[in-house]
Amino acid sequence: MSATATSVTGPAPLLEVRQLKKHYPIRQALTSRVSGKIYAVDGISFEIRRGETLGLVGESGCGKSTAGKTVLRLMEPTGGTIRLDGRDITHLRRAELRPLRREMQMIFQDPFSSLNPRMTAGQIVAEPLAVHDIARGAQRLELVAALFRRVGLRPEQMAEFPHAFSGGQRQRIGIARALAVQPKLIVGDEPVSALDVSIQAQVINLMVDLQEEYGLAYLFIAHDLAVVQHIAHRIAVMYLGRIVELADKRSLFSRPLHPYTEALLSAVPIPDPKARRIGRAILAGDVPSPINPPQGCHFHTRCPYATERCRAESPELRELQPGHFVSCHRH
Amino acid sequence: MQATEPTDPSAPGSVTASARPTLEIENLKTHFLLRRGILRAVDGFSCSLNAGETLGIVGESGCGKSMTALSVLRLVPSPPGEIVGGAIRFEGRDLLALSETEMRKIRGNNISMIFQEPMTSLNPVVTIGRQISETISLHQGLRTREALHKTVEMLRLVRISEPERRLSEYPHQMSGGMRQRVMIAMALSCNPQVLLADEPTTALDVTIQAQILALMAELQERLGTAIVLITHDMGVIAEHADRVAVMYAGRKVEEAPVEEIFANPMHPYTQGLLQSIPRLDLSRAQDGGRRRLSEIAGTVPPLDRLPSGCTFSPRCAFATDICRKEYPPLESKSPGHHATCWHSDKVRSINP
Repeated sequence: MSATATSVTGPAPLLEVRQLKKHYPIRQALTSRVSGKIYAVDGISFEIRRGETLGLVGESGCGKSTAGKTVLRLMEPTGGTIRLDGRDITHLRRAELRPLRREMQMIFQDPFSSLNPRMTAGQIVAEPLAVHDIARGAQRLELVAALFRRVGLRPEQMAEFPHAFSGGQRQRIGIARALAVQPKLIVGDEPVSALDVSIQAQVINLMVDLQEEYGLAYLFIAHDLAVVQHIAHRIAVMYLGRIVELADKRSLFSRPLHPYTEALLSAVPIPDPKARRIGRAILAGDVPSPINPPQGCHFHTRCPYATERCRAESPELRELQPGHFVSCHRH
Repeated sequence: MQATEPTDPSAPGSVTASARPTLEIENLKTHFLLRRGILRAVDGFSCSLNAGETLGIVGESGCGKSMTALSVLRLVPSPPGEIVGGAIRFEGRDLLALSETEMRKIRGNNISMIFQEPMTSLNPVVTIGRQISETISLHQGLRTREALHKTVEMLRLVRISEPERRLSEYPHQMSGGMRQRVMIAMALSCNPQVLLADEPTTALDVTIQAQILALMAELQERLGTAIVLITHDMGVIAEHADRVAVMYAGRKVEEAPVEEIFANPMHPYTQGLLQSIPRLDLSRAQDGGRRRLSEIAGTVPPLDRLPSGCTFSPRCAFATDICRKEYPPLESKSPGHHATCWHSDKVRSINP
């Protein structure tokens, strides 16, 4: 396992993930006997520097959300290591983990189900402050009001319940809550996917502004390549539990090296009628099940270039050009 | 499909406008009569559609695009919903004047619909084979065996592998992309003249979306189907629509041929929408820096608290007094290009 997406120079990364695995057991209904495994995340490695956005893209079921939750230790990893600020947090116990929760927060996709409907917006944003015992009484209220203003809400709205807010406003509440404890890393799991286009732009701009202001690092998980391309500095492409390509966004978009990345890019419809593409390469078939992923390269069942070797041997993620990693036997 | 030729001789492959449009919607008003007031979900929408043509309808959630499609099939939940005005003509026949029995013959047969979430529109306890073959035998009077034969043919047409084996499968045994293909097979099984596709690929991954849209285009070319493509994805619109209608708060605010609307939007909402989308094609050429996306300020007003005058005016940079007082008429700005805006000349002048 030499596949590590590490840069040799520069200061230690904020987050360092090595060979991370998350397998779910499949139990039989009555006997609870384990009859198989779902290989949701199957050995991924990446790092995120301070103030940087790493985009994690892939289609549904590729394991990108599981990867995000496992990195935050909201799910127990099956294998591998997670280092935050140089500290190995892979096996920390709950009590040991709690102070570290301040450093890493999460924003969820669905602003309708991720906010407690019985709490006011102000209480929701104040909750992490209470958990970590940051400020009290009037001081805490003031802090919450400042957060409201910072994310583009009015402090008067602190008294309102989530149902009174639109989708975009709810996502702002979620961002304020994540921001409250001044984290270094925010994992966003499809944070703008449920929003209308014009609102999406507002939330993306807000996230970019906050990153510059507070030096936040983002792990931005999304399926929309145009959005990720806009917000991320580097991008990792996942397919069936593995990272198939990782590069800074310019080289990924101008010279995709993995056939899956290539297919993904060519499938995105371009909002310009003059650029209508004739005869685009359309990827055939569906993503195979992560319960019995194909032998060898996971992508070989849909790959136009697959050879015998691809069916037998799983390619490792290798650095082909500085900072550009790809796992494909063609390269 | 090869076995049964479409009955309309002018339909297959013809994109030229026949004398009469296939579908005409005129000043449609679909309102919801609630205790707290009237929600004008669709408030005076008009359009017409020819055989082989694709009309894209875009707009944000709640703008009335789905309600327009449901109104065409007369499937608006009633009460509280009601079509309170306007006309919908299919090949010249007024659908609003038909009895429910007559309407049932139109649905699925002449006009059919694809929904966003196939799982909610397929019956989970009925096999795929039975669901499609029942539609076919109901509308085309085929016997069970013939209908099943046709079903296999349809499944093959939408590129489902091993169609014979799939007949006995249930919807949950299929992937999202496959279920969507099943729904398309069902929607097209009776060679409808009109297909209403409501966010047909929104729930799907991009590679599957590309498959489904290519398939719809291919079937349209073969059968001459007129398609209403409802989506919020401007990329899908750019690649698949011939004409585009933009809706905002229940009304059509702009309509134009697809190239025209992208090059020369004349309603500030359309312009804002086009500028606010992150572009894969443009920024690829740019440096690694992150350009700010332009935003449309504020949010869509709730339908029961619409502002007076132009409903877009509170979010509009061009708004003046007249905008806050009077709703602008839908005016022809150039051939085939209509917009409802008092200041469309100014809007046009800042197009890049």
